[in-house]
Amino acid sequence: MSKSDIAFVRREMLPEKAPPATAAGPIKWVRDNLFPGPINTVMTLLAIYFIYQIVSGAMPWFLNGVWTTSSLAECREVLQGATGGCFSVLTERWNQLLFGFQYPSEQYWRPTLAFVLLFVAVAPVLFVALPRKLLIFTGLYPFIAFWLIWGGTLLVPLVALIGLIVGYVVFLRFETKGFATAALTGVVAVVLVWWLGGFVSAAASETLALTPVPSRDMGGFMLNMILGTVCVSLSLPFGILLALGRQSDMPIIKWICVIFIEFIRGVPLITLLFVANVVLAYFLPPGSNFDLILRVIIMITMFASAYIAEVIRGGLAALPRGQYEAADSLGLDYAQSMRLIILPQALKISIPGIVNVSVGLFKDTTLVSVISMFDLVGMIRGPILAATEWNGVYWELWGFAVVLFFVVCYGISQYSQWLERQLQRDHR
Amino acid sequence: MTEQPAALQISDEIAISIENMNKWYGAFHVLRDIDLTVYRGERIVIAGPSGSGKSTLIRCINALEEHQQGKIIVDGTLLSSDLKNIDRIRSEVGMVFQHFNLFPHLTILENCTLAPIWVRKIPKREAEDIAMHFLEKVKIPEQADKYPGQLSGGQQQRVAIARSLCMRPRIMLFDEPTSALDPEMIKEVLDTMVALAEEGMTMLCVTHEMGFARQVANRVIFMDQGQIVEQNEPEEFFNNPQSDRTKLFLSQILGH
Repeated sequence: MSKSDIAFVRREMLPEKAPPATAAGPIKWVRDNLFPGPINTVMTLLAIYFIYQIVSGAMPWFLNGVWTTSSLAECREVLQGATGGCFSVLTERWNQLLFGFQYPSEQYWRPTLAFVLLFVAVAPVLFVALPRKLLIFTGLYPFIAFWLIWGGTLLVPLVALIGLIVGYVVFLRFETKGFATAALTGVVAVVLVWWLGGFVSAAASETLALTPVPSRDMGGFMLNMILGTVCVSLSLPFGILLALGRQSDMPIIKWICVIFIEFIRGVPLITLLFVANVVLAYFLPPGSNFDLILRVIIMITMFASAYIAEVIRGGLAALPRGQYEAADSLGLDYAQSMRLIILPQALKISIPGIVNVSVGLFKDTTLVSVISMFDLVGMIRGPILAATEWNGVYWELWGFAVVLFFVVCYGISQYSQWLERQLQRDHR
Repeated sequence: MTEQPAALQISDEIAISIENMNKWYGAFHVLRDIDLTVYRGERIVIAGPSGSGKSTLIRCINALEEHQQGKIIVDGTLLSSDLKNIDRIRSEVGMVFQHFNLFPHLTILENCTLAPIWVRKIPKREAEDIAMHFLEKVKIPEQADKYPGQLSGGQQQRVAIARSLCMRPRIMLFDEPTSALDPEMIKEVLDTMVALAEEGMTMLCVTHEMGFARQVANRVIFMDQGQIVEQNEPEEFFNNPQSDRTKLFLSQILGH
């Protein structure tokens, strides 16, 4: 080989070119994905045949559906043996499915309004692009929602809110004297305000009062929503604290967290709910009226936060040590480095896991039907299917429950995937 | 010592003093009887084979590693287990890591302003001005709004240097700052460090860049098996090493 054969000098860098036309477009997609070869073509045709069978079988059931009768017998009469769903059970029992059978019907606007406001309250948390001032409403929302759903005087949630604000102010005042002192005086202040406020709201129980609705009258999908929202939003902060506690250098804190997590994870949720329902009453002073929904919320929150703590621990472990060291080397203290550096990254890694737990938790709220609370599943299983009018309407009712839960859970899942894309920080 | 420009004059003031310091990893004795005094304005290069304890030594200075015996006094403050003390020393001592350790979820500018805002309590606007000043100094102000993942290794390391400088440290520690970089990028980082040295910054630098040591250092320390084996002015150190271990090391590192 002569020397001139291998010598090469590039005088000009090559410009970028568009890919050839055959490497893109819908026709290419169809050919690549549906009909790339004889076996795959057969599979595609088979799949199309199955889809046709399912759709053609189910379509008449939907299209012939009866929406206006008031019992199963009437519905069968209308159908006269033809295939068709008795969807009239949904229209006739609509309010029971959503609100349970004891919530006063003239007050349905209250939970409905609370439900609509929930979206306003959650929006600024979910979408960073929205103005930050909306977060004030998010902070107020729990108190407004409580007042709307449970009714009674506005003073009760107001006192609760004021108590928390006073406690926070006191905490800030004493913060220089050390975290423990500040936290303790803060808690004392909160309890004091609540105790004093209790007299005020008891004395003026008619001020700005809505008709009170007791917890045992809550039911239907509303109950699932209440339990789901409250428990998810409480279990996330508790889960974070547990995860950080488990990493703590202080043995007492570490072991409390480890024992809590391992114990709660080792116990079925249903047993915890039975404990909430029955056993807890033995430990409370006689005559004390500890709200059943509150007990259930505590149990589900404990359960979910143990799982979330483990998910977040995975995120924390996935961060390179260098991130901790860089934060330390800049002089950030523990709280700052956790809040500004470690948690934002660890939580981002943990999003799929957190969503997984949240979706599971939301569906697990149907377990309360076992301790004779009438959530959506409890309503279908109990009052509706037991009624003589609708005994035997399974497909329509359970299908409806499936659709409701699917819509919410799929929504959560889609949001989380969108959020992950938003938080993507490299150039890919 | 050769004639130095005014900025490179070394003062009599002690910046770091380490006395009889020992450290163990479990039963493994990583640092043995380290005695070292660093004067303000000194530029020290620490060299040695891997596992010789050189990184551990400088990580002890800002308490990323704790030592079990002996005294470390940084900037007049005795390093103890008191968290307040440690945080104060850390905010006075800048550190640059081998793997940059930028915060990937923050922009370049946010990386630089975070500590000044939260630790020094400087107003955001002012912190941004300081950050831009130092980003200009390391010659990448135009990248301020990008994320670390979008920058090359050399650029990331220069940002890391700027991030440390934003805290206005009195001492800078470099832990193999060029070891994770492509050869093309090493120079841009070394140039930044040379510029820093010329301003009179007190620097401790663990590195294998012997050219840098010759050009910038006023003292080279050679470590092996957790001990300081030899230290000298660069000229003497490279041309006339005394111990056999140093000679062997230099022949291997400069041999090709």
